Amino acid sequence: MREKILSIQNLNISFETTAGVVNAVRGVNLSVYRGETVALVGESGSGKSVSAKAIMGILAKNGTIDSGDITLSYYRQEEKVTRDILSMDKKEIRRHVNGKRIAMVFQDPMTSLNPLIPVGKQVMEGMLWHYHTPKEEAYQKALDLLKLVGITDAEKRMKNYPHQLSGGMRQRVVIAIALSCDPDLLICDEPTTALDVTIQSKILELIQEIQKRKKLSVIYITHDLGVVAKVADYVNVMYAGKIVESGTVNEVFYEPKHPYTWGLLSAMPDLGTEDERLYTIPGSPPNLLHKITGDAFAPRNKYALKIDSRVEPPMFRVSDTHYAATWLLHPKAPKVELPEELKARIDRMMKEGEHYDKTGKQ
Amino acid sequence: MKKKKEQSAGNAARVLSVEEYLSQIDFREDDFEFQHKDGFEHIDTNFASQGYWKEALVRFRKSKGAMFSLICILLLTLMAFVGPGMNEYTYDQQITVNQNMAPRVPGLEKLGILDGSETMRTSTGSKEINYYESNQLEDTWYWFGSDSFGRDLWTRTWMGTRISLYVAILAVIIDLAFGLTYGMVSGYFGGRTDMVMQRIVEVLNSIPYLVTVTLLLLVMKPGLLSITFALMFSGWLGMSRIARAEVLKLKEQEYVLASRTLGAKSLWIIFKEILPNIFGPLITQTMFSIPHAIFTEAFLAFIGLGVPEPLASLGSLISSGYQNFTSHPYMIVFPLLVMGLLMLCFNMLADGLRDALDPKMKDM
Amino acid sequence: MKKYIGKRLAISLVTLLIVIFVLFLLLQLMPGSPFNDERLSQEQIAVMSEKYGLDQPVTVQFFRYVKNLCKGDFGVSYVISKDTSISVLLENRVPISFGIGGEAVAFGAVIGLILGILAALKHNSWWDTLCTFISVIGVSLPSYVFALALAYFVGFKAQWLPLLYDGKQFFASSVMPMIALSMFTVATVARFTRTSLLEVLDSEYMLLAESKGITGPTLMLRHAMRNALIPIVTVLAPLVVDLMIGSLVIEKIFSIPGIGSLMVTAIQSNDYNVTITLAFIYSVMYIALMLIVDIVYGIIDPRIRLAGKTD
Repeated sequence: MREKILSIQNLNISFETTAGVVNAVRGVNLSVYRGETVALVGESGSGKSVSAKAIMGILAKNGTIDSGDITLSYYRQEEKVTRDILSMDKKEIRRHVNGKRIAMVFQDPMTSLNPLIPVGKQVMEGMLWHYHTPKEEAYQKALDLLKLVGITDAEKRMKNYPHQLSGGMRQRVVIAIALSCDPDLLICDEPTTALDVTIQSKILELIQEIQKRKKLSVIYITHDLGVVAKVADYVNVMYAGKIVESGTVNEVFYEPKHPYTWGLLSAMPDLGTEDERLYTIPGSPPNLLHKITGDAFAPRNKYALKIDSRVEPPMFRVSDTHYAATWLLHPKAPKVELPEELKARIDRMMKEGEHYDKTGKQ
Repeated sequence: MKKKKEQSAGNAARVLSVEEYLSQIDFREDDFEFQHKDGFEHIDTNFASQGYWKEALVRFRKSKGAMFSLICILLLTLMAFVGPGMNEYTYDQQITVNQNMAPRVPGLEKLGILDGSETMRTSTGSKEINYYESNQLEDTWYWFGSDSFGRDLWTRTWMGTRISLYVAILAVIIDLAFGLTYGMVSGYFGGRTDMVMQRIVEVLNSIPYLVTVTLLLLVMKPGLLSITFALMFSGWLGMSRIARAEVLKLKEQEYVLASRTLGAKSLWIIFKEILPNIFGPLITQTMFSIPHAIFTEAFLAFIGLGVPEPLASLGSLISSGYQNFTSHPYMIVFPLLVMGLLMLCFNMLADGLRDALDPKMKDM
Repeated sequence: MKKYIGKRLAISLVTLLIVIFVLFLLLQLMPGSPFNDERLSQEQIAVMSEKYGLDQPVTVQFFRYVKNLCKGDFGVSYVISKDTSISVLLENRVPISFGIGGEAVAFGAVIGLILGILAALKHNSWWDTLCTFISVIGVSLPSYVFALALAYFVGFKAQWLPLLYDGKQFFASSVMPMIALSMFTVATVARFTRTSLLEVLDSEYMLLAESKGITGPTLMLRHAMRNALIPIVTVLAPLVVDLMIGSLVIEKIFSIPGIGSLMVTAIQSNDYNVTITLAFIYSVMYIALMLIVDIVYGIIDPRIRLAGKTD
């Protein structure tokens, strides 16, 4: 039985900027179940990080949550509690949610650690703050956490300052900090983008392993489909502040329905492509300062229908787990085949996937 | 973070089902036809190309303070050129009978301000006196008053402004000639050259500015030349630091490396590849060194190392005015105002330019 | 850390030596030494040269000069107060200048910090506007503008505070000079604090701290202020220089018998010996201050403290 621990309903967030009001998130719905991994994929500026920050209650000062619910379910002394994060004030969120229930791993480990505090203290800080854990116990736990995230010579590292550690090490420390208060949900905001490739996969594997061991739910925020394919159970593709397609990894990768997802998949570099040029989606995302009518992706969409510029498409159901917001799924819409090149690519991916499954790595 | 959540009943429940949503739309006949029947070509309208300088100009125009300052500086410059010729006095003409005349301006005098009267404080109390009336000088006008030698302060103030502007231009030239070259060479060549050059800067930086300047002036006679030298001695350090930092940032950029692989010579790279790309911070830095130079001149004048009499600079007017500013405050007020305005405007202009040329540096 | 301090110390010493050497050279070149008296015969000059050791090689003379400086023996004043030892001349003046200067630094730093913090915390509010306004004014206008304005309105018109320095009421007479001197410090510190704190508040480590659930004073002090203060420490040294320059004029305006006004008098009356001595004192002060700032910087910032330690 899947147990829902976080549910976002119709979330709308806007920012007041000098240029005007930016509608960064426009009606996002998302559910996270215990032990599962959900990915939010999209270009920068699509609203994925903003949504995550809203969950943590750390939106920038000029940000406003216009409407929506973010409900979190957790156990307090064996008793299940369900609360709407957005109806809590900042202090309450800090006391009950941040660190204890939901923790976050940030994009750039170079800047996300306080440069003036030894890393050990930074790992211990949350425990001391939330649970008033005795110092020795917190120290011991921090040490264990550093060992858990694969830091060698942890005892010595406890006293180190962030600048004395490499990027990969720092990200491990950030993960240790996130785990320090035993959260139910971990939000990873592009956790590997700032790291080099060899370390990327190690960090991803680390998170997966810890996730299994601690029964954590994880939200991955990324623009890297490679990461998604590797770690996620469910994928949500975001565009211009909305989720345009959601489904299981297999559904989104092998049977994508939204032209934007097609574009993203085609734009993924891989070795099997025979084309000389790497496909890119033409143009750039819309400026969210302006009100968007119809489908935000329409101006970049080769398959745009006339209705796209007038009415926003709803999330059409493809299967119980697979939804996509495109008029192409309307019964009256013309049938559009996947682009040839993408089809070939998906076939290749499926073969690789089977091979991967057979070799038993899963 | 702000929240604007209306807690109306069933807020979340109002997310419509697809069927409900579809039933609310009146579909048109051609709704499900493709927009692009023959070929699709996308034109990006989000990033319509706009030049760096054009964008900077737009940002600069938007800043009220900077625009106001620019206009002010232009006006003051204009006055520095035409001001001294606007009345019959010259800056060094001493009319001994017309000493310590309070300001008197035609037109304004009828309103009771700047009518040539001033309050004298004596041991028995204060009384209003007007030299123009008591000396029967009905047709004499000293717009800013006259000093204790009977010289016209209007003419002297604008002559003084000329000196300040000269110093401003000088500061720019020194910044560009010494600071820029030094910083760029140090940054571009790096290694041992940079090491030696930076040690020199470090030492120069550790000698207080005040000390270098006063010592220099011990050796030289007070005057414009020595002020020039004093500025040369220390004015360029800030610029060299900025130029070096900018060059260090840029010299590892791919386009510079590309130019080098193509065989470009150092000089070519410095002037053609790097310099045009660091104009923004450089202009800002020069703008900031102008008020500093003006201040230095005024400071030197105040401690008696300014331009020799009968020449006047704003600094020397202030320093001679302050000696009897309790009895004749007008002597100091006008040079002080012009000086303050000049400093303020150059600073605000520099701020505005920085924000316009390098929006990232805002708030620095 | 030891290596870092050692390097700083070496640079300071080298600088000081260079300054002393320049001063020494100037002293040799300057007219107004006791031998510039036309009535002296060649023989007398020779005798005196021997007495003062001027016939010895320049290097020997230089080291003797350095030794004398270290002992606090700066020679005598020739003009301002004939044949008075300069150390005697300085004795009463130094405490006054240091008193007012110290007050100005403390006042400027505290007010500047408060203004800057308020502006950053209430970003884009009227506090912020006020802070920006004060910074622009304070940075743009020379300190004597404030001094003259204060002297005229507060000292002369309202007569709330003594217009000229009065040794019997040090504090009351130091208020106006202190405010005038510290305006630049207030403005610069406020500006830097605001920028630096805004940057820190915007940083990812603050977000991380918040996402841990840290709130209130712990968040502000442990995470924000400590990081924001680092760049502010570095502007303090240059600020003191501006303060020194300002003090020359301010002491003159308020007739304060400090070293600043002595410097002005010495320059104006061509008392080279006094001028050079004061230049030496200013240099020592500044170099020492830079050294202290660098060391403090190293202590609060582990990136510098631990530089070179590889592990």
